[in-house]
Amino acid sequence: MASLNALIAVCLVYVFLLFCVAFLAERAGMKGRAGWLLRSPLVYTLSLSIYCTAWTFYGAVGYAARSGLEYVTIYLGPSLVIVGWWWILRRLVRIGRSHKVTSIADLISSRYGKSNALAIVVTVMAVIGVTPYIALQLQSVTSSLSIFAAAEQGGFNQGTEAASAALWIAIGLALFTVLFGTRNLNVNERHHGVVIAVAVEAVVKLIALLAVGVFVVWGIAGGVSETLARIDASALGTWQIDGSRWAGLTFVSAAAFLCLPRMFQVMVVENDDERHLQIASWAFPLYLMLMSLFVVPIAVIGLDLLPKGSNPDFFVLSLPLSQGREGLATLSFLGGFSSATSMVIVATLALSTMVSNHVVMPIFLYLRQGGATQSGDVRNVVLLSRRLSILGIIGLGYVYYQASGGSGALAAIGLISFAGVAQFLPAMLGGIFWRGATRIGALAGLGVGFALWVFTMLLPSFGPDVFLSAATFDNGLLGVGWLRPQALFGIPGMDPTIHAIFWSLLLNAVSFALVSLMTFPHPLERLQGAQFVNVFEHSAQTRGWQASVAESEDLMIMAQRILGASEAQRLFQAEAAGQGRRGYLPEPTPDFLQRLERELAGSVGAATAHAMIGQIVGGSSVSVQDLLAVADESAQMLEYSSQLEVKSRELSQTAAQLRNANAKLTQLSHQKDAFLSQISHELRTPMTSIRAFSEILRDTDGLGAIEKAKYANIIHVEAIRLTRLLDDLLDLSVLENGQVTLNMQTGSLVDLLDRAIATAQASEARNIRIDRRRLEETVELHTDLDRLGQVFINLITNAQKYCGADDPVLKIAVSRQGEAVVVDFMDNGPGIPRASRDVMFEKFSRIGAEDSNGAGLGLAICREIMTRLGGDVTYLDGTGGTAFRVVLPQAQALAAQ
Amino acid sequence: MGKHVLLVEDELNIIEAIRFLLSREGWQVDTHSNGTDAAQIIRERKPDLVVLDVMLPGKSGFDILEELRGHEETEDLPVLMLTARGQSRDREMAEKAGVSRFMTKPFSNTEVLTAVRDLLYVHGQRT
Repeated sequence: MASLNALIAVCLVYVFLLFCVAFLAERAGMKGRAGWLLRSPLVYTLSLSIYCTAWTFYGAVGYAARSGLEYVTIYLGPSLVIVGWWWILRRLVRIGRSHKVTSIADLISSRYGKSNALAIVVTVMAVIGVTPYIALQLQSVTSSLSIFAAAEQGGFNQGTEAASAALWIAIGLALFTVLFGTRNLNVNERHHGVVIAVAVEAVVKLIALLAVGVFVVWGIAGGVSETLARIDASALGTWQIDGSRWAGLTFVSAAAFLCLPRMFQVMVVENDDERHLQIASWAFPLYLMLMSLFVVPIAVIGLDLLPKGSNPDFFVLSLPLSQGREGLATLSFLGGFSSATSMVIVATLALSTMVSNHVVMPIFLYLRQGGATQSGDVRNVVLLSRRLSILGIIGLGYVYYQASGGSGALAAIGLISFAGVAQFLPAMLGGIFWRGATRIGALAGLGVGFALWVFTMLLPSFGPDVFLSAATFDNGLLGVGWLRPQALFGIPGMDPTIHAIFWSLLLNAVSFALVSLMTFPHPLERLQGAQFVNVFEHSAQTRGWQASVAESEDLMIMAQRILGASEAQRLFQAEAAGQGRRGYLPEPTPDFLQRLERELAGSVGAATAHAMIGQIVGGSSVSVQDLLAVADESAQMLEYSSQLEVKSRELSQTAAQLRNANAKLTQLSHQKDAFLSQISHELRTPMTSIRAFSEILRDTDGLGAIEKAKYANIIHVEAIRLTRLLDDLLDLSVLENGQVTLNMQTGSLVDLLDRAIATAQASEARNIRIDRRRLEETVELHTDLDRLGQVFINLITNAQKYCGADDPVLKIAVSRQGEAVVVDFMDNGPGIPRASRDVMFEKFSRIGAEDSNGAGLGLAICREIMTRLGGDVTYLDGTGGTAFRVVLPQAQALAAQ
Repeated sequence: MGKHVLLVEDELNIIEAIRFLLSREGWQVDTHSNGTDAAQIIRERKPDLVVLDVMLPGKSGFDILEELRGHEETEDLPVLMLTARGQSRDREMAEKAGVSRFMTKPFSNTEVLTAVRDLLYVHGQRT
């Protein structure tokens, strides 16, 4: 037992070392160091080797021992896929990166309109499909321990010891995975530490297998030629190649390589650089070739040397042990252990991501939404659900291991898993190559394929009478003959594995295609489909044009339309000159096309520019996404232009206002000029008389007394005129500026008119007869009596001066207009011509009164006063003579009559 | 023999003053106070000099001057223009219209006399 304990100790140390490597790598990655290593194509290639699990490590030899070279198909499939990486893998990686895909379930659900139902279906299928595989790893580690134990003391007691060993191994693996994979959360679901650990394990298992191989060929057989001779002599050399099995197995392993959740994890999710695929495309097949190099020699020598009945699955281990090479056996054990652990870790990590993202979290969020709002950290919930998922998945593996009784060849169990996950292939490939694929189609295909796989492969794998009765095997489900699990549709004689793979995948693909054709995708699905299928046209890395067919002239015409003729010609000419060509048409190099696209984008938006160039260059058709982007841009432009429109409307309004204001200002300025001219004239005219006559009086000798008196009187009159003019101007200015303070008093209208008439008659030589009805005038007013009196005096004086009738009469009539008091002044003269009425209230407007020496300010002042008093003075039409109406507002007419 | 001066002016007191001044110098002073037919009156009466106010009822002094300059018989007629508006623009307008002498009111009596004398003398020299 000492050596078994030592083996366990070695395992623990090995695991601890791996953990250290992972930890250091993660820390370096976080600090941004060691990027050359973490993101190297070598690490990527080595991480792909988790394809080679314990099944490959141990089982390939067993496979070869049982079925000859058929094991090669398991390596052939992946090699074909990765050699043809350009076709599928590159596309998957590009989609995975541009859509931040976290798992194969995420990819499929995302492609079909982010359907959560689909994600759950894929997750459940993946868990069920991968469980046998995890059980396989448990079995291989347990069995290898058992081989060691057998070498010492005759093997485990199958009933208890193996079971407890398997349980401990399962617990250890679960802890290991939890520690490795869920120490922290990463948005991209990337695990640098895990990947590095996996790469290290890949190296360990390769070295172990090569070491065993070298030992077998040179240590036991004694050289290459001896080994070849032994191979020729063995039964292996005569194995017939079964074409259908070869094709079927190659196909299913290729499909599994693409669809296995753990492969998707390392290949797509953990991919740092698309170019790594290029290296991996030859490095990974090389790795596989090295892994398979010594499979046949080990199988042949093992069959030769080891006793009949030895499990060929463990020749890798038992051969060195039988030769007493414990060290080599330990290395070999570590290789197998590495294969098993790396697979379990990555597979459970990938599955737990799916389970937690697509099953647990939606349920949790749904429940939380229903309950009271908690402020719990979702992060912790995610981590917890990850860890529980890991435990659950490994637990399932353990249960399967127990249920399947730990029996069965490794290769057979592996193939069950392969065929199970291969059911994702139609939905996945259809999703990335065929835009017509729909969600319902994917669900149908997956459902049919999965059901057939369960019925024809998974359930029968437990043997008769475990899940399926022996009767079902023989007579079909429910006794229907063509529903026999290993001879569907009544076609017997097929190899059970090939039978299952053939029917499940065929009907899967057919239902997927047919249902897709019959259903219509909803818009989100359509959009996602377009993006997935056209991933290369859309992702940034391939935006460059390859325009060998581009027509420069067409481009020129388009550019002219958008940029304007001169701008476009300048651009093209400059480019042509730069290329050393004459004229204005340059070679449409990708660089130039890109520059042109940028220029156009400045005018019409990036998406439109891209679509336009795409149309002309012909390299790409305009896709739904392009159109959506164009529509988006157009909407933005529309909004922008409507904003511009509003702005320009506002601007033109402002401009109109400005124009009006300017016109007003100009008018005011003209008015001011005219006003100043008028004032100047009004002031200078009396001054001219005063100066002229004062000079005459001063300079003229011998003037008669009468003349002297006459001239002095003129000076006097003109001086008074001048003074009155100044008074009026000041008055008007005060009134116009609103600086006047009203002196509100109470008095009767009749008294006010009496005083006004008296004043007017005193100041004006020409008299006029006044016709009034005093009774009407008994109205009490509360207003500025002096100002109102000024208005009355002005109107009466005007009538006196300008009436012009032979028997001038001024009629003063007082009436009520509602609450307002109306005073009309009507003379019997010829009236005022219509044309003059508009301007008579303006300053300096004198109406045909040649002999007046008034300045034309009287009526302007009257109007200003009445405005201040809250009333009005207007010309009253239709009386025959000149008539003015003074209206006093009601508030100023007191009720007392 | 007394020269004939026609005074076109609407302010009675100013007419009185100018008439007094020019009459004392021995010139025959005639007056007219309406702008509308002033040019026609001038052509009819054929004065040796016109003293023209700017702000006249009916037609402005500028228009009358232009009309005078547009007729052959009055294109060289000496015109002394008087204005109470006193803006520099008025002087420019008057000069453009072909005024012989331009003065702003209130004027100095001596200046008016000198101006009239000059104009009559220069005009007399020429013809």
